[in-house]
Amino acid sequence: MSPQKRFKNVQAQNRTSQGSSSFQTTLSAWKVKQDPSNSKNISKHGQNNPVGDYEHADDQAEEDALQMAVGYFEKGPIKASQNKDKTLEKHLKTVENVAWKNGLASEEIDILLNIALSGKFGNAVNTRILKCIIPATVISEDSVVKAVSWLCVGKCSGSTKVLFYRWLVAMFDFIDRKEQINLLYGFFFASLQDDALCPYVCHLLYLLTKKENGEIENGKLILFQGMQPHLQALLSLYKFFAPALISVSLPVRKKIYFKNSENLWKTALLAVKQRNRGPSPEPLKLMLGPANVRPLKRKWNSLSVIPVLNSSSYTKECGKKEMSLSDCLNRSGSFPLEQLQSFPQLLQNIHCLELPSQMGSVLNNSLLLHYINCVRDEPVLLRFYYWLSQTLQEECIWYKVNNYEHGKEFTNFLDTIIRAECFLQEGFYSCEAFLYKSLPLWDGLCCRSQFLQLVSWIPFSSFSEVKPLLFDHLAQLFFTSTIYFKCSVLQSLKELLQNWLLWLSMDIHMKPVTNSPLETTLGGSMNSVSKLIHYVGWLSTTAMRLESNSTFLLHFILDFYEKVCDIYINYNLPLVVLFPPGIFYSALLSLDTSILNQLCFIMHRYRKNLTAAKKNELVQKTKSEFNFSSKTYQEFNHYLTSMVGCLWTSKPFGKGIYVDPEILEKTGVAEYKNSLNVVHHPSFLSYAVSFLERGGNRERGKKWSWYLDYLFSQGLQGLKLFIRSTEGINCNNQY
Amino acid sequence: MDSYNAPESTPSASSRPEDYFIGATPLQKRLESVRKQSSFIPTPPRRKIPQCSQLQEDVDPQKVALLLHKQWTLYSLTPLYKFSYSNLKEYSRLLNAFIVAEKQKGLAVEVGEDFNIKVIFSTLLGMKGTQRDPEAFLVQIVSKSQLPSENREGKVLWTGWFCCIFGDSLLETVSEDFTCLPLFLANGAESNTAIIGTWFQKTFDCYFSPLAINAFNLSWMAAMWTACKMDHYVATTEFLWSVPCSPQSLDISFAIHPEDAKALWDSVHKTPGEVTQEEVDLFMDCLYSHFHRHFKIHLSATRLVRVSTSVASAHTDGKIKILCHKYLIGVLAYLTELAIFQIE
Repeated sequence: MSPQKRFKNVQAQNRTSQGSSSFQTTLSAWKVKQDPSNSKNISKHGQNNPVGDYEHADDQAEEDALQMAVGYFEKGPIKASQNKDKTLEKHLKTVENVAWKNGLASEEIDILLNIALSGKFGNAVNTRILKCIIPATVISEDSVVKAVSWLCVGKCSGSTKVLFYRWLVAMFDFIDRKEQINLLYGFFFASLQDDALCPYVCHLLYLLTKKENGEIENGKLILFQGMQPHLQALLSLYKFFAPALISVSLPVRKKIYFKNSENLWKTALLAVKQRNRGPSPEPLKLMLGPANVRPLKRKWNSLSVIPVLNSSSYTKECGKKEMSLSDCLNRSGSFPLEQLQSFPQLLQNIHCLELPSQMGSVLNNSLLLHYINCVRDEPVLLRFYYWLSQTLQEECIWYKVNNYEHGKEFTNFLDTIIRAECFLQEGFYSCEAFLYKSLPLWDGLCCRSQFLQLVSWIPFSSFSEVKPLLFDHLAQLFFTSTIYFKCSVLQSLKELLQNWLLWLSMDIHMKPVTNSPLETTLGGSMNSVSKLIHYVGWLSTTAMRLESNSTFLLHFILDFYEKVCDIYINYNLPLVVLFPPGIFYSALLSLDTSILNQLCFIMHRYRKNLTAAKKNELVQKTKSEFNFSSKTYQEFNHYLTSMVGCLWTSKPFGKGIYVDPEILEKTGVAEYKNSLNVVHHPSFLSYAVSFLERGGNRERGKKWSWYLDYLFSQGLQGLKLFIRSTEGINCNNQY
Repeated sequence: MDSYNAPESTPSASSRPEDYFIGATPLQKRLESVRKQSSFIPTPPRRKIPQCSQLQEDVDPQKVALLLHKQWTLYSLTPLYKFSYSNLKEYSRLLNAFIVAEKQKGLAVEVGEDFNIKVIFSTLLGMKGTQRDPEAFLVQIVSKSQLPSENREGKVLWTGWFCCIFGDSLLETVSEDFTCLPLFLANGAESNTAIIGTWFQKTFDCYFSPLAINAFNLSWMAAMWTACKMDHYVATTEFLWSVPCSPQSLDISFAIHPEDAKALWDSVHKTPGEVTQEEVDLFMDCLYSHFHRHFKIHLSATRLVRVSTSVASAHTDGKIKILCHKYLIGVLAYLTELAIFQIE
């Protein structure tokens, strides 16, 4: 049985059971039937309940009768049959009964529509059939398209056609899809010439018309004389979609244009709606805030958010009334944008490129993005800045209540911007300004991925200035949202750090050549970056506590520090910032192998960076202003001691983490000293087990190094690097 | 939760905030002003009570008459690129051609037919707050009369004007290629506004956005306009509040005799010549408590959507009607401020 039919059956079952419940005498039976989940059971295991079984059978009989009736119609009238009329009448009655009671499945509708319009039966029968085509839930689009195709053959009478159009208008909302039907727009439009059909076709077109139709078809309406209300309605719709194209003035007051063609099916329609509505009623929309701000773009620039590329010769022409000779020569030498196809072309003509009349159009053109990336022409950038700022503000969906249907469009627009930013490897100031305004209003859900990407493309600037505008708002959302949100924020902050570092490392080396937009001193820049890192450190520490040391979260935090620990070597920038103790110790005492492994790797890289820095200091001899303070080295050494104490020398709580011996006594762990070294560390437990299973405990002497080799062979690269590089420090690597 | 303390910078280099922007470009100045705007309360806590402007005396009274007693739809407008006051005639011709082209689009029947409209650009000399403000200008679409014997003026189909009153904060941040006229007011069919707006956007690479006035700013308008000295009142002071409810919102109108409103204002007003945020709040609170005493409705829980006084009336949708000639500049100054806030 098709799912749709089954659904219908269950519905029917429910209906009958509720209808007959007043006749029930036994309470238990009544109870059983009230429960909808039980009623399904009944239809499956009907034999347990005689009443249910009976109803089931009744329903089944009805269904069979309907199938027979439909089959009868499908075959067509049997000429020879004696009691033809009687049989016909019987089957018609069956169809009518079922249709009005429960509606018809879409397959049945398909067949019946076919019959009614193919002219197999007489007019009266066709009319009766059409009148009772009431869907159980939906009507398939294909059936309607097939039915319309019958109209072209001329097999059905005018009155049947009229009735069919009325039916189509009434049932319009129940058709599952409209794409195919919309393709028939031209056919329907041509049918307007039939005077009898005109009012109903008008109504159908009114329902069907989209913007494109309005533009294409409206010119033709001039042909129609007179101003019947239905034509007026259609015209007013076209006028709405393409106000410039309709010059006829229409009366404003008239509101009712169409005869109510639904009245034949009114009660049936209500029933279908009820059936389709399902359990969740539509959410109540309250008008809050400045909700009804006019959506400007929808009417002005209907095609797309981003303007079309046009060269600005227009402006130039009217900008200079009398062109000098040199201007004329320049004009003739300028390179029209429309011809710009390739990067070499751009390079050859970069000095004489005609700029687009609307700078926003560069967003869709990668060659021009190159251009605005290298040009330092203020007006060009300012035009782009204004356009993007205003468009973002205008499009932003959470500025306006009830504007969520344009969410998809806004998301696409943000994606385009982010693509451009990634392409240029540079953020736009407009987006930063937009974030200032919109972040305090953001719910943290809408366009989350896009929004956080915008954050990661904030152009480099002074952290303390940006913090109150952006990061304080982000922190509020961060602390109050789920762990997944926290992780995505950390991820985007990692990308932000990376973008800043890339930008700075380029900037330092390019400084003599280009005039960088932010004239900063290196010290100022490093200060800003270090503040960002400290800020993320603070976020992470607090988040770890809020999420009770979640391993998942810790992964994202350590990812961030994987970037941080390598700044000196990877980006050639004089900065080393260590992680806060809250992160370091959580990672060290973690139960997860990969966390500990990642921590080892980060410590290893910190060590590399600090040694490199120290070496450079010694080589240069001159006192650079970026010598790291001894505090950084001390901090690192402190962490290193803790780590070696835990993992290696089995002196976990002496130096490094200091825990009062009395407290340790109270824990009742006998050999706490050993319990955190590589062999006993809880995060390696599963490795230890499988090592022992493989017979690793046979020879006692070399067990430690065998075990380490085993761990290294399992892909714990971080641990390997860390232990190899610290081996020099701790000579007593004996168990 | 830990309080966040910015730690001492790791590098020992000294860095002062001014190190960041040594040679600030206009774009950075923009960003700076956006930052300033976003970090503090958006509106200054005090404003001047509208005064009769000296410059306004120069404005052609016939043109001023065009601007008064009409309902204008407000838009904010980003600076116009390469706009030149010496080319107004040329712009008239181009815009005329553009409108005709737009209107004829797709209408095969009407090809070759003259549309009988005329576009007129003209400056509104003197419509400015300071000498630095660029000149305001007016665009009119007039239907050409069919019969030469008839009134040669023709019927005005659509009017729009661009102005900048005390726009210093915006003027400072743009280069000379741009003309800053952040406030645009339109009267006439919206389809015309759309066509003309599109032409301006295409020609001068600017951007129009509808300028809505929120309840906060409406209260300011109510206070400032009540504070204006009037020789005679032409309209009652009226407030309209909207109660959000479904399916249709409920409106509450509250009309006060203008002299009573002025008396109330005088009782809360302290600083001469200025309006402060506290005064605005107090003024509105007095109205609220008065209303509550009589109707037991807390208006503060609803949304203020319209304010009308003898000076002007404004709707939250961004519609304004200016009634009083004397305070035209004062009203426009505040609207310019709102428009600049929107485009920053």
